[in-house]
Amino acid sequence: MSDSFTADVTESVDAPPVVDTDEPRRQASSIEMQGLHKRFGADTVALDGVDLTIEAGEFFTLLGPSGCGKTTLLRILAGLEDADAGELSIGGRTITEVPPHQRSVNTVFQSYALFPHLSVRDNLAFGLKMRGLPAAERDARVARIAEFIKLGDLVDRRVEQLSGGQRQRIALARALVNEPDVLLLDEPLSALDAGLRSQLQVELLRVQKRLGMTFVFVTHDQQEAMVMSDRIAVLNGGIIQQVGPPRDVYERPVNAFVARFMGHDNLFAITARQGNRLTTTLGELQAESPGAGDLLLIRPETLDLLAGDVTGVNHLPARVTERLYRGSHAEYCLAIGDTTLQATLNNRGRHLPEVGDRVTVVVAPEDLVTLSE
Amino acid sequence: MAYSGVTVSARSRGMVRESRHLLFTVAPGATWIIVFLVLPSAYLMGVAFMSNGTYGLPEMPLSLESFRRLAGFGFLGWSPGNLYTLFRSLWQTLVATGLVVIVAYPIAYYITTCREKWRPIMLLLVVVPSWTNQVIRTFGWMNLLAPGTPLSSLAEGLGFISPNMGLYPSNFAVTLGLVYNFLPFMVLPLYAAFEKLDTAQVEAAQDLYASPVRAFWHAVFPQTLPGLLAGTVLVAIPAFGMYVIPELLGGGKGMMLGNLVATQFAGGANWPLGAAGAILMLIATFIGLYAMRRIGKRLGGGEEVVI
Repeated sequence: MSDSFTADVTESVDAPPVVDTDEPRRQASSIEMQGLHKRFGADTVALDGVDLTIEAGEFFTLLGPSGCGKTTLLRILAGLEDADAGELSIGGRTITEVPPHQRSVNTVFQSYALFPHLSVRDNLAFGLKMRGLPAAERDARVARIAEFIKLGDLVDRRVEQLSGGQRQRIALARALVNEPDVLLLDEPLSALDAGLRSQLQVELLRVQKRLGMTFVFVTHDQQEAMVMSDRIAVLNGGIIQQVGPPRDVYERPVNAFVARFMGHDNLFAITARQGNRLTTTLGELQAESPGAGDLLLIRPETLDLLAGDVTGVNHLPARVTERLYRGSHAEYCLAIGDTTLQATLNNRGRHLPEVGDRVTVVVAPEDLVTLSE
Repeated sequence: MAYSGVTVSARSRGMVRESRHLLFTVAPGATWIIVFLVLPSAYLMGVAFMSNGTYGLPEMPLSLESFRRLAGFGFLGWSPGNLYTLFRSLWQTLVATGLVVIVAYPIAYYITTCREKWRPIMLLLVVVPSWTNQVIRTFGWMNLLAPGTPLSSLAEGLGFISPNMGLYPSNFAVTLGLVYNFLPFMVLPLYAAFEKLDTAQVEAAQDLYASPVRAFWHAVFPQTLPGLLAGTVLVAIPAFGMYVIPELLGGGKGMMLGNLVATQFAGGANWPLGAAGAILMLIATFIGLYAMRRIGKRLGGGEEVVI
């Protein structure tokens, strides 16, 4: 292998500007996107005007269903796709026109895209070699990253000898070793089974916090997005629906799409309102400071169930139609008139109502969220 | 104990049955190879070391005369004719194989970029011509390249050939015929290599600071190498021994080793000399195969590239 590797030391004509490498880690870089548009063919709109600022050192997640444009956005950041219109800058430098190999951005691909004809070591050294770093420097940095990611004994293996989790780690290390301004991750954990996945989520988070690098993470899994992110952007139809910290996006979704995508089903039409009094398909409810919008969101975990008929503010009589006992908590389907309401009760050892029981649903005015379709 | 005795005897009986079974399955193939490959080859070897008798048939005593003749020593002293033929064969093989690679590589790549439902059809289009008899196809080229045909007139007009010469017969026509004939043998293994390649790897290479050209050389090309080597073997070996194409398109001037051997046998001129020529071809082929293996090993990163 070393033969073919040394053969091209001379062909550095088109090598990108080499970044100073002995410096520890540079400052993390922010990302600025303005009016990014992208369409494929005549009628597939992938991005329809994306304005977004990602802070330096942030773990930022692009969340959305497949076809929402999140991967296209990531590929535009990497330079693998050109935007039809709009501006993109990283660390204050406009890079809209810069080809991928000259961007200080590295990607962890969904399929990992490791090179099967190279050893793990040569995979890790690939970027450094393409930038024309001397062999000694490459070896030192590969050794350092291998230790950092804890894969020291794997470096002399061939890619096909590795398990899925190991490949994922190598793909991460292959990108990190270049110490890019920004690391892009395209659903990097989606090919792994649940156990390994949550283990690597923790590890990825640890790596990001230790390096303080800007991470842009793409996923369709809202749980994963909430666990990992400093901030989340929810995309649909090539448009950013909401940007915010996980708690904001989950607890205060701005529209029905975000609410449904974050896993909320308790959405009810508001038919009339008088100050803080809302008339909904569930009945009359008192909200603390309702915003605009004609939909009411009630999160299942904010509900309380009282046995029997109890009257009071925001007390609704209901009947239990279904109960899923989950150990730590139980999920309920409740019938209120013709509408169905879902509720989650933590199992604190108290009485859990049974199917058929008559109960009273209680919801605090401050837990009611209004939003628009 | 009795129980285990039963199993043991059953197993040994099974083994006897199995080896008998093996004999039946292997025997036809083995017989075929012995009768039609090993024995004739041995005979050919023998003939090469015999003397040339009347009507060109081999005779005793054993002699190295054929090899002397092959090296160019004749009744009239040394002549370079046979060496020319050998080098022309090597050169034609080299040029034709190189051109086949250059033509086949983009074709194979292009087919992999087509939609999946079109790919079998594209591959079929590559292969279909070889379903026609080789002699007929070669005659077709004679008609296309003969003096006065549009192609020849065009070459004349551009000043590549002198007036009324025609593109056929010539060494050029032989090269063209070889490239045309062996193209599918290169496209198919290359296609197989390209198809296995994950396009995300090309993007990964670019993401890792490789320009498009370097991404090709470092990420794509090494992975198509097994296909390239397999194709080279499939093309170069038959091309080296090719008889029909130089015979028809070379017009006596473009003679290759295969023609030399054929003349010695068919013309009834000299069987031992023909046999010596055949052995020379065999040796050259083995050297070529060995070289390919070495190249494959080196470029494949120590990994065995199966040919």
